[in-house]
Amino acid sequence: MKADVGAPIAPTAAEKSLREAFGLKIGGAAEYVIIPALALAVSLALFGIFVSLFGKNPLDLYFYMYQGAFGTWFSWQNTLTRAAPLILTALCTALPAQLGMVIIGGEGALLIGALTATGAALAIPFAPPLVVQIAMGCAGMIGGGLWIMLAGGLRHYRGVNETISSLLLVYIALAILNFLVEGPMRDPSSLNKPSTRDIGAANMIGNIPGTDVHWGFVFGIIAAVLSYILIYHTVFGFAARVAGGNIRAAKVVGLGVGKLIMITCFLAGGAAGLAGMFEVGAVQGNTNANLAAGYGFSGILVAFLARQNPLAIIPVAILLGGIGASGGLLQRRLDLPDASVLVLQGTIFLVVLASDSLYGRLGILKRKTP
Amino acid sequence: MNFDNLSRRRMLQATAALTLGASLPVNRALAATTTIGFIYVGSRDDYGYNQAHAQGAAALKHMPGIKVVEEEKVPETEAVEKTMESMINLDGATLLFPTSFGYYNPHVLKMAAKYPAVRFEHCGGLWTSADPKNAASYFGYIDESVHVAGIVAGHMTKSGKLGFVAAKPIPQVLRNINAYMLGAKLANPKATLQVIFTGDWSMPVKEAEATNSLVDQGVDVVTCHVDGPKTVVENAAHRGAMVTGYHVNQSVLAPKAYLTGAEWNWEVLYPRFAKMFTSGETIPNFYRGGLKEEIVKVSPYGSMVGDEARKQADDIKAKLTAGNYVIFNGPISDNKGNVVIASGVSRGQTDPELEKMNYLVDGVIGATS
Repeated sequence: MKADVGAPIAPTAAEKSLREAFGLKIGGAAEYVIIPALALAVSLALFGIFVSLFGKNPLDLYFYMYQGAFGTWFSWQNTLTRAAPLILTALCTALPAQLGMVIIGGEGALLIGALTATGAALAIPFAPPLVVQIAMGCAGMIGGGLWIMLAGGLRHYRGVNETISSLLLVYIALAILNFLVEGPMRDPSSLNKPSTRDIGAANMIGNIPGTDVHWGFVFGIIAAVLSYILIYHTVFGFAARVAGGNIRAAKVVGLGVGKLIMITCFLAGGAAGLAGMFEVGAVQGNTNANLAAGYGFSGILVAFLARQNPLAIIPVAILLGGIGASGGLLQRRLDLPDASVLVLQGTIFLVVLASDSLYGRLGILKRKTP
Repeated sequence: MNFDNLSRRRMLQATAALTLGASLPVNRALAATTTIGFIYVGSRDDYGYNQAHAQGAAALKHMPGIKVVEEEKVPETEAVEKTMESMINLDGATLLFPTSFGYYNPHVLKMAAKYPAVRFEHCGGLWTSADPKNAASYFGYIDESVHVAGIVAGHMTKSGKLGFVAAKPIPQVLRNINAYMLGAKLANPKATLQVIFTGDWSMPVKEAEATNSLVDQGVDVVTCHVDGPKTVVENAAHRGAMVTGYHVNQSVLAPKAYLTGAEWNWEVLYPRFAKMFTSGETIPNFYRGGLKEEIVKVSPYGSMVGDEARKQADDIKAKLTAGNYVIFNGPISDNKGNVVIASGVSRGQTDPELEKMNYLVDGVIGATS
């Protein structure tokens, strides 16, 4: 191949390293925006083809998706409301992922967190609302945290695969919830919908002023930012990532891997437990079987789409919240079945995973080696 | 392959899509039409609870001046609040039917308070005078139809063993189980009814296992109270047992095994409500009824159902339709030997004691906890 441009003036060493650093940084950062955006566009195009097979106009589809998710102020609130629990449950997968662990049991931590939070609220019926809410938050985080710590402990001390154990713990959590809600904790007046007693209207967590999005969204963002700082800007996070990269090397250099695993799992479960607490404190008002709505499982999807980056979880959760919010409109206006939204989610998931192979290979973004 | 160009092209396409899309009419409903929203917890074609409501909604679609919007598989979480709001804000719905029991508290109550101009008709019968006046609830005494199906089952069983696959031991379900047993006993005083609780409303695997296990135990007529009876009906028929259905007519799934069934009749009720609503008439906040009010019905008998069975079932059905028959008529004892309805006590359909049912009547094999 013939170079038809003049030979470049040899850059000075300083210039070279500067340009290199710049290219690496901008190119690298741009990759993390462009590749997922590309993946999203491809998924939407594929989904457009899919719905046109059913005789629907893909342009209608895109319009209604946009309208249902972000087109009006109401749609935005709908989207953010749905995103709120997903940020917290996604952290349950993303945090242990730094240690190379695949935890998929956020749903279980959410349920246990909801139960412990409800228990805390019912234990102190005469305390002022703020005290009750703080107690609920702490109880929810501790409950959820200990639950995922169980999976972490099984992995570290007994060599049990954490993916399997955390998944199976979901079913145990659900069984515990059903047992307590239909047995010892049941409100006798909840005849046809077994529930615990209500935590009381005064103790309910309100919405962010001016919106109907509950405070769980804000706490989700705070948790995501704190997780980001913890992972990328603290010694603890560095140690966790080292252990995630090579657990033997981490042990050789004297890192307390067990401690790292237990603490990270506790924080991860705590996030999901907090999501459960908000479902009780801001939405349901008590614990009942409806809490098992799959937020924990959607969180896994969010975490993987965000490539386990706590900050990226926020926009991804909003995106998935938006897809959920627009799903209703697709059903109503285009007469598509509910499952079509799952098709879109699955498509996005696959395309994003496949696009992983593009990192560092996009010509325009590739760092030019001189 | 040049991804840069590809992405630019996609960007242009997306922009074009958005611009074109934005020019489409947002609300296609005409000003004079009434938009009615239906929300289902499961899928619209589940051969069960949700399909029964969807059939009712379908009956409205032919009515002039009415537009129906539907959304399925909406969980009993904040999602249903958002669906209701979306129907109100984006579709202009003024009458909503959130059909799942768990939607009511807190979701329907919250939305009813927020949108006082919208009417919320909830299926389940939970409304009390303390609740918002624009919220309302309706429900059917489907145990009447179940009782009739029980009579047919009692006649048709050869082994004297009937089976019931049930979701949860809650009053509503227990009432159906007991009504079925009491019906079967009218036909065959020695009949027994084995109950298996699956623990939740939609557990196809457990429902199939329960059905198989019932048939293995010699049960030859199976029925159920779960959200989608398809699994139970098909499995029972496949194993050679007879079935009585629930929610909707499942005879197409098992034409040779389907004896009869207890069905909702929302096709009659919803047009009635829609007419009342559009003509400005007040729909009662608390609305209930059984066979007499045409809120429930009994599936046509299968060809294998004998004359004796038809005669007794029709006889009781006629009495229930006339309103002069009581299912829960004392003395009735539970399956532990305790008298639960004393001799001389007659608990009619509106008796609030029946809403708290926590026992299984004599002849039922199983436990509530």
